[in-house]
Parts: sequence; structure tokens; C-alpha cells
Amino acid sequence: MRIELQKRPVPSPLYAVLSPFIALGLTLVAGGIMFMALGKNPFDALYSFFIEPLTEVWSIHELTVKAAPLILIAVGLSVCYRSNNWNIGAEGQFIMGGILGSLVPILMPGFQTWLTLPLMLVLGMIGGAAWGAIPAYLKTRFNTNEILTSLMLVYTAQLFLDWLARGVLRDPNGNNFPGSIRFPEAARLPEIIPSQGSAHYGLVIAILAAIVIWFMLRFTLNGFEVRVLGANPRAGRFAGFSQTRMAFFAFLLSGGLAGLAGIAEVSGAIGQLRETISPGYGFTAIIVAFLGRLNPLGAIAAGFMLALTYLGGEAAQMTLGISDKVGRVFQGLLLFFVLGCDTLINYRVRLVWRKATAPAGGKA
Amino acid sequence: MDTNQTERPLLETRGLTKIFGSLRACDSIDLAIAPGEVHALLGENGAGKSTLVKMLFGVLEPSAGEILWKGTPVKIGSPGEARATGVGMVFQHFSLFEALTVAENIALALDGKVPIEKISDEARRLSVEYGLPLDPSAHVADLSVGERQRIEIVRALLQNPELIILDEPTSVLTPQEADKLFETLAKLKAEGRSVLYISHRLEEVQRICDRATVLRHGKVTGACDPRNETPSSLARMMVGGEVPEISGAGLGEPGEVLVEVNKLSAPARTPFAVALTDVDLTVRAGEVIAIAGVAGNGQSELFDVLSGEVTVSHADQIRIAGVAAGRLGITARRLMGCSFVPEERHGHAAVPTMSLSGNLVLSRYASDRSTFLTGGWLGLINTGPVATATKRISSAMDVRKSLVDPPAGSLSGGNLQKFIVGRELDRKPRVLVVNQPTWGVDAGAASRIRQALVDLAKSGSAVIVISQDLDEVFEIASSISVINEGRLSRPEPAATMTRERIGLLMGGFHDGAGHGVDPAGAAHAH
Repeated sequence: MRIELQKRPVPSPLYAVLSPFIALGLTLVAGGIMFMALGKNPFDALYSFFIEPLTEVWSIHELTVKAAPLILIAVGLSVCYRSNNWNIGAEGQFIMGGILGSLVPILMPGFQTWLTLPLMLVLGMIGGAAWGAIPAYLKTRFNTNEILTSLMLVYTAQLFLDWLARGVLRDPNGNNFPGSIRFPEAARLPEIIPSQGSAHYGLVIAILAAIVIWFMLRFTLNGFEVRVLGANPRAGRFAGFSQTRMAFFAFLLSGGLAGLAGIAEVSGAIGQLRETISPGYGFTAIIVAFLGRLNPLGAIAAGFMLALTYLGGEAAQMTLGISDKVGRVFQGLLLFFVLGCDTLINYRVRLVWRKATAPAGGKA
Repeated sequence: MDTNQTERPLLETRGLTKIFGSLRACDSIDLAIAPGEVHALLGENGAGKSTLVKMLFGVLEPSAGEILWKGTPVKIGSPGEARATGVGMVFQHFSLFEALTVAENIALALDGKVPIEKISDEARRLSVEYGLPLDPSAHVADLSVGERQRIEIVRALLQNPELIILDEPTSVLTPQEADKLFETLAKLKAEGRSVLYISHRLEEVQRICDRATVLRHGKVTGACDPRNETPSSLARMMVGGEVPEISGAGLGEPGEVLVEVNKLSAPARTPFAVALTDVDLTVRAGEVIAIAGVAGNGQSELFDVLSGEVTVSHADQIRIAGVAAGRLGITARRLMGCSFVPEERHGHAAVPTMSLSGNLVLSRYASDRSTFLTGGWLGLINTGPVATATKRISSAMDVRKSLVDPPAGSLSGGNLQKFIVGRELDRKPRVLVVNQPTWGVDAGAASRIRQALVDLAKSGSAVIVISQDLDEVFEIASSISVINEGRLSRPEPAATMTRERIGLLMGGFHDGAGHGVDPAGAAHAH
């Protein structure tokens, strides 16, 4: 028996819609098997992983706190990947955005006006965009692989933040604990409904960004340029579009949004610059972007889905007594199945029950 | 088996049908190929020729009907089984690895483990025997298209097939190379092997084929002895109606110079590209200049520098309407009134996954900015006018499609080409540069495209047509130039140009004095 992939004459619209759901289903099955192997009841485990976090108001707030950066980063990455630029370093751009934006309250703690927060957000975007510009420059100038350079710059950014938070930006009155001073109120991104939970305006920014970028991709010449260069660089050159310009556009946009997510996280959820400010949002957002079919609106739904794996990981640790790394396992499974199921859009899977005929040899 | 040995066909199909979705690509095809005959399969693009031979070679599985091999029903499930049965195939698009040698490429296609030296010896013996000169240790990258085709033929012959299928084999050859191929086919026939010869070149078919089967819209529309037919009667069977004659008459006196290329040299950008050397070209308003030549002699490179996709080192090496344009990109040249149609439809002239209207915006968002874009700095694509223009182009060029605005990739090659040419003509460009305008396009669409090019020149534009198709070149050109290894011959008036002379120029005889055939030169050209 062999499995055969037959190319469909046109991509199947049915599977384009179904594929993320099939991937979700397969992830649940694989996850259930994993819980069983760990000696837990798979149904109970999946319940406490995926359903329980949705049953309480405070944890729904937590969900939006986790979803906001994921959506914001994934929206930028969607544009980037659509244009055939492979930014894997959103985590680093997130961190640099967080650092640059934080400089305002840390270096000028007395500067507390209505301008403080907007200035921080703008600086956050600039920090992320600048960090993203490095792989774009290396790619267009020296033809380096942007996957490698953007990824390596993540570790640079992480160590730089670590050094800052333990060194020059450390709170002098912090009893030698790493971390900056706590931000004053004017430098904090406010909570949406403070009486209920921790959800902050990062979510609103993320959803607005998703809608704006979706509109750009769908209706403008700029979005058209992204789609053409992503689908067919040669046709893009024929159209007169520049791949160099596009590489910078994609990296500056995705870096800027990642940086914005970074400063929103620091000023919204955390309230100070710490030695780590991200549980891997920049990497998880890659899964969000693909699960959302590289569509900014799809990224909103996918962002909530992946945010759930973070909460589920914590829940698993608390109620089941297994490592919260199980959340990472689910993220990996999900990406694996999403990419796998996308094959169904362009190919038909056929099982061929036949013995290979002897004389035809290996080719049969 | 009541028929006797001599009358029994080598291969026969009965009611062979292939259905893709709702499309009957092949509809109850009955075909019989006798031993030792050269059998032509004629038809326009999309007539079902490729589908039919893919079923015979085991690439596609028939939906209905049967295939009989020497009178016995057989099931050909894969190319391997086809080869084991005795069917060999030479595809139109070669599947060769450029970095490997000839012998290595042959070894890759063979089943089992035969030592490479043995393959080399065998390939050498076959190539001598069948007049297909080939060096087994040469790297494919260094070989001409004709030589690459020989590899494919030798590869097929190594399996000792009784039936050899050749898909459009002469479309990439010079007239002299084609003659060599016909000699090889005659040898194969003399040995009692059968040949299924797919072509849309009627003259060739009349010259070498014993019988012909004509397909149209997936059905057999005629079976005949091509030698008893005329090209126009064969064409009628193919397209189901008269093919209109192109009238080149009425091309007036050439006007002002619109395109001027001066001593242009450009180095090869990749190891497999061709360098352009000392290209000189002057094209006037109202002229159609055809640039003939065998594929891979610098046509795409020339197109790229003319279009501005690749800029050249000095601005005045290319002048458009008197303006030095060598350093300007494609958008700037479009804004000067130029239009371009590249050779490759999918992925160069058009994005296959995008709709026709999207592909209209692709090449005209700058030149028609005021119509196609709106919203000021936002640059919104104005879908209304774009849709209107898409409709106008489709009806002007008779683009046949099932949806109002389908993805470009879902159109047949000919229909997409009509749209792409129409997209540029719709602008009424002052200068049109087109590379292989009717490559792989059926006769009806090709004649429409050619007429449109001639009409554009008549209306006072300059047209440069880069083409391998000599029939086309003679049909539409006012002057003809030949490109060979990146050098361009001096354009000569079409009226005094001959096929023989073009053949010589294709072989690199630039400085051969005078017109007409030089027999010594012709011998060298091989």
C-alpha cells in the first residue's frame, strides 16, 4: 500500500476553511494520547486544559492579556510571510520594542503627562522596526538568509535585555533584584474594566491593527504588491515592484508591530522592565499567523486559540501536576498539524492498495 | 483474436475517455497505430492530445475505455509499466538535470542498477546508429536544446520500445536540426518501430507522417492520410472552421525612430544565462521587427533589457523615442508608452493564482493610475473600472472563460495569452515588445494575436516580436533579424529573407556574405 498525493486542478475552497479545524481536532487527539501516556484521564485533562480556563471571568481576562501580543505580532507576520519574507525574529523585535519604550518612564520618571504613553508606544514601534531592519538590510544587501539572521538576533536581544535589567536599568531601590523601577500610572496602558480583571487596551490596539492591515492587504495597491511579490517574485518584477523595498516594508511593519506588542506588554501587563518580558510570544505568533491562514482577521481567532494553550499549560500544572511545558507541546502539535493539513487544500490524498509489479521496479 | 498478424494494430484505443470534474478532456477516443508507421496526432491546444498520450504512457488513469497492445487489452498504470510494455516517450519539456552529464541523466531514468560505463557505451552506440550525435560525458548545461532532445530520444531508445511518442519535438529546433530528427524517425520506421508524432505544424506532418488523427475538444474529428490533404484542409479539421489569413498588407512607410539600441552588451547574470554582445537595433513607427532564433540564444535576456526589468550600464544604450532610457526601470518605460509581453505566461506575465482583473492591475497600475486607482494616497484599487476594462479586453480578444473573473491559472494557455496581449494592446502602446507571442497557443488564437500585432503597427506603433516560430515571423514581420548566442544579425527586409538564410544565421553565420543558401555553410551548421 502507498499514499499518493494528487494535485488538485484548483485549490479546494472547502479544505481551505476546514483545514485549521481538522488540525485542531488532530491536535486534541494527539494531546489526549499524550495525557494517556502520562497516566492521566485524557478527557479530564483536556477539559482542564482547554475548557476550564474559559469558565471564569478573571481567566477570560487573562486570556485576552495573552492573546493581545500574539494577535499584534501575528498580524505583522502575516504580511511579512505573504510577501515571501521570513521573519522568525519577532521575539527579538518584541523585546527591543519593550526596551526602547520603557526608557521613557525609567529615564524620565518625572515626565508624566498624557503624552507619556503615546511616546512610549511610538518608541516601542521604532525599537521593533529598527531591530527588524537589520535582517532586511542583510538580506537585500548581502543576500543573507533572513530566517537565520532574524532568529539569531532574538538571542542578542534577550541577552541585551537581561544585561539591562540586571545592570544599568536596575531599580536602585530594588534590593538588588533584577528589574527596573515600577512604572508610574501615566506610563501604564490602562485596563479596560479594572473592576473585573486584568484585560488592558493592548487587545483593542491588536484588533484595530488587524482590521487596518486586513484592509490594506485586501483593497490597496500596497497590499496588492505584497500579494504579487509573495506569489510570484518574477511577475512582481515585471509589474515594476521592488523586492528590496518589499523586504524593508515587511520587516519594518512586522518588527514595528512586534515592538508595539512588546511595549504594550511591558506597560500593560507587567508594569516594569524585567529580565524576561515574553514567554515566547514572538515564536508562538508564527503559529498564530499560520493558523489564521496569514489573514489578519484570521489571526484574531487564532490568537485566542494559542493564548488558551498558555493558560491551559498553567492549569495543567496546577490541577494535573504536570509541567506547564505541556502548553509548548500543544503549540508544536498545532503548528505541525496546521502545516500538514494545508496539504489537503492543494492535494487530494489517495490510498493505493496495490502491490508494486515486479518488472516495473522502483518507479512503480 | 480473429484478425491476422499483419492487420493487427500495434496499439489501439477503444472509447478511451478521461474526465476531469465536468470536463471531458478525452471523449471516446478510437485510435489505431499500425506497426512501422509514423502516426500524427494533430490538434489545437486543449484538444486533448496531452491527456491522451499521458494515458497511453501511464501518467493518467483513463476514466473509461480500453487500451489494446497487439490486440490484447492492457492496463498501463505507470510510466514504468508503459516502458515495460514497449512504449517510450519524449516529452516536450525535458526533464534533465543541467549539472549532471548526459550518461548520468540517462542512468537516472533507468530502472535497476546498470553501471554508468555500460550506459555510456550503449548511449554512444545508439547515438551513432540513429544519427543522434551525443557525447555521454558532456554536461547537460553545456548542450543546445536540440542536443538535449537527443538525450531524451536516446533515453527512450535504450528501453528498446516498439512505440515512441514524441510531443511537439520540432518546436525548439532549427530547420536543420529538425531535418536531422526526421532522418532519425525514418530509421526508426525502417526498423518496424511505430512513432506517435504530436504536432501542430501541418507541413511537417504532411512531410513525415503516414497517417493522422485529428482531435478537437477531446473528440476525434478526422483520420486521414496527411499527404492527401492540404494544410488548409488539415487546419479546418483542427479548428473546425477556416483560419483567417493574416494580412500584413497596409504596413505603410516606417516613420520616426521609436526604439534604438546602440552597441549594447550585457554580461550573463547566471551561469545558465546568455551574454548579449554588441546588439544594435533600430525600430521605427509602423514597423514589425521579428527577431528569430532558437530558444536559449539570448531572447529572454534581450527582452529583459528592452523591458527594463534589467537595466543596462549606460543610459543611451537604449533610447525610446529619442530619450536615453537604459537606466530606467520597467514602470518608467511603461509611462513612456511602452508595453511588454514576456514569454512565460505563468509567473512572469501573469500571477496564476490571481484573478484576471488582478492581473490587469499588475502591468497597468502605473500607466492607468487615474482610472484604476482611487482614494488618493491610500491607493485603493478601483474595482469598478478594473472590472470594466477586464471585460472590454476579454471581449476584444475573445477570451473564453467559465467565470466572469477567474484565476489566470485556470485559463487554457491560448486564452490566457490572448488576455495578456489584449491587456497591453488595450493601452494602445507606442512601442510593444513581445517575446514568443504564440508559443503553445492554438491556431485560432495565434492568428488573432498575430493580426492584432500587425494592426498595432499599422496604427503607427513600433512592434518588436521575438519568436522561434518561422511561419509566424514570415507572416507578420516587415524586417527580420536573427539572434544567436546573444548576437543580433542585421535586420533584413522580410520580402528578401529566406528560411535557409535564417537557418544559417541561427547556426551563427553572421558574416556569411549575401543571401540564399551556402551549401558549405549549411553542412557546417550541423
